[in-house]
Amino acid sequence: MLNGGLLVADGPAHLDEAEVRARWGDFAWTKANAAEADVIVARYPEGRQRSAVMPLLDLAQRQVGAATQTQGWLPVPVIEYVAAQLDMPFMRAYEVVTFYTMYNLAPVGRHHVQVCGTTPCLLRGSDDVMAACKNKGMTKGKTTPDGLFTLTEVECMGNCANAPMVQINDDNFEDLDYDSMTRILEALAAGEMPKPGTQIAGRRTSEPEGGPTTLIEMVSANHDYRKAW
Amino acid sequence: MLADKDRIFTNVYGFQDWGLKAAQVRGDWDKTKDLMKRGQDAIIEEIKASGLRGRGGAGFPTGLKWSFMPKAPTPERPSFLVINADESEPGSCKDREILRHDPHKLIEGALIAGFAMRARAAYIYIRGEYIREAETMFAAVQQAYDAGLLGKNAAKSGYDFDVFVHRGAGAYICGEETAMIESLEGKKGQPRLKPPFPAGAGLYGCPTTVNNVESIAVVPTILRRGAPWFKGFGRENNHGTKLFQISGHVEKPCVVEEEMSISFRELIERHCGGVRGGWDNLLAVIPGGSSVPLVPAKDIIDCPMDFDGLKEQGSGLGTAAIIVMDKSTDIVQAISRISYFYKHESCGQCTPCREGTGWMWRVMERMRTGDADISEIDTLYDVTKQVEGHTICALGDAAAWPIQGLIKHFRPEMERRIRENRGDGLLEAAE
Repeated sequence: MLNGGLLVADGPAHLDEAEVRARWGDFAWTKANAAEADVIVARYPEGRQRSAVMPLLDLAQRQVGAATQTQGWLPVPVIEYVAAQLDMPFMRAYEVVTFYTMYNLAPVGRHHVQVCGTTPCLLRGSDDVMAACKNKGMTKGKTTPDGLFTLTEVECMGNCANAPMVQINDDNFEDLDYDSMTRILEALAAGEMPKPGTQIAGRRTSEPEGGPTTLIEMVSANHDYRKAW
Repeated sequence: MLADKDRIFTNVYGFQDWGLKAAQVRGDWDKTKDLMKRGQDAIIEEIKASGLRGRGGAGFPTGLKWSFMPKAPTPERPSFLVINADESEPGSCKDREILRHDPHKLIEGALIAGFAMRARAAYIYIRGEYIREAETMFAAVQQAYDAGLLGKNAAKSGYDFDVFVHRGAGAYICGEETAMIESLEGKKGQPRLKPPFPAGAGLYGCPTTVNNVESIAVVPTILRRGAPWFKGFGRENNHGTKLFQISGHVEKPCVVEEEMSISFRELIERHCGGVRGGWDNLLAVIPGGSSVPLVPAKDIIDCPMDFDGLKEQGSGLGTAAIIVMDKSTDIVQAISRISYFYKHESCGQCTPCREGTGWMWRVMERMRTGDADISEIDTLYDVTKQVEGHTICALGDAAAWPIQGLIKHFRPEMERRIRENRGDGLLEAAE
């Protein structure tokens, strides 16, 4: 099952409720996020504001992340806050949180390293990518003691022509091997932002390595092919 | 080979800007109003005549699907178009390229398709993990609003139409159309029983059509160039151009738009630099995303890559996500990893799938190591048959088919492992 009711990252198996409530009980949107929440709710028809629960939970998780210098998670009082705004029972919001894998039920680190391990990545060496993470002291499902990295194995991320890949926070790093993954992790640990996307020099996105076999004019200019119709 | 002038997604690799101005130079949003002036029924007829079949995997004729929508929706019960950008099928990575590099083709297609089916608005449901892609879509939709191409009197057509972007949060099952609707309504993405079909009662109980990104994004070009142009590609019943995604053991994996019915050999030779280690090194291919059964090398090499050609091989075109496996592949592991995927993604609603996917994966792991009895291969096959067709949605089928394909084509390899693990053929150790 999707989240399977498991905590995504390590964290204590049972988070202390009183402690969580003391820390997050007064959660409220920042001014900017309050405005963003209004924009989100307005995308759905009158009386259907519950449709906004997923984007609002994402926004809330990001706000928690910003407040804790991590990728964020969803403490119960924060879920309650979102549910109240949308006038829906807490349990209906909570079951959404537990169903979808991108909501974290426990704190994660500053960088959430999500290695794809599904067959297309497996075939092209995702084990090496995972090994590079483990060699840096990371353990699947856990956060490093310094709070820097949380490692999870995820299911197909839809970058299969650029496999193997990893999603770290909001960016994808593609066409990896052991060495390039190691370099990325070292850069992040040093506070740098490595270049996202493919790690093969000269490759742009999903064209064949070495240059496209089609649409070659497009490489250098915004070509209008209609002239040849 | 398909000529560049006949490719629809000319910016598929993102060498050029995705923005509105650049897209217009490439031909998007060119006299959209005139296309719409042809009228709703004429547009549907043109799409029917083009032979376009849904690009999300099932291959249902797109124009026919639109024709199920009510001809006179009321303001109290408007119709909706939901665009499925929840691309999560292992091997699939084509919609991503449209979302991030050619978003205006999708938005223009949404307007035209939405108009044709008399919808009030479109929701584009993008998988949560496509974070940057969603950012591009949000920005592209805003550009379209700012230019008067969406909203009231969209593109000066006299038709009011809105497009909204909605992000998922990580659940493969939301790619199933009724699960997507549930998710859009703010619930767990668990598929609904059909009937009622979405065209009768879908999003918010209103008539809804769910179409794949590629199906919608090709619509403006089909209308501009005419149904006969699109129908001119591919074999009978399998027309048009198609974004193929080739991953796995080829020299150069890529996404490429090609003519339907292109042979596997030509596709791989032309665009992927061949199979790693040469054609003799090819073991098997999963031709349509992880849900479809694998096809052994000898059967796939000259197979036309289309709906019917792959059906004849006991497999399917699916999303045209082609996973190539050479002889270095541990084929049992490759399929077992797919079983793990389905175990992870089962929504838990139907017992055969919830329990069966976990059971099948655990047995597959024993098959991988050979820690099983040969009779268990038959038991495993039986269980896949008990899951298949006994669930609300097709995830149960999708979990069963890869295993059935493995047993059908690689049973000797499975038996070999079991025997080897048992130590058959070795001499009894002296006590």
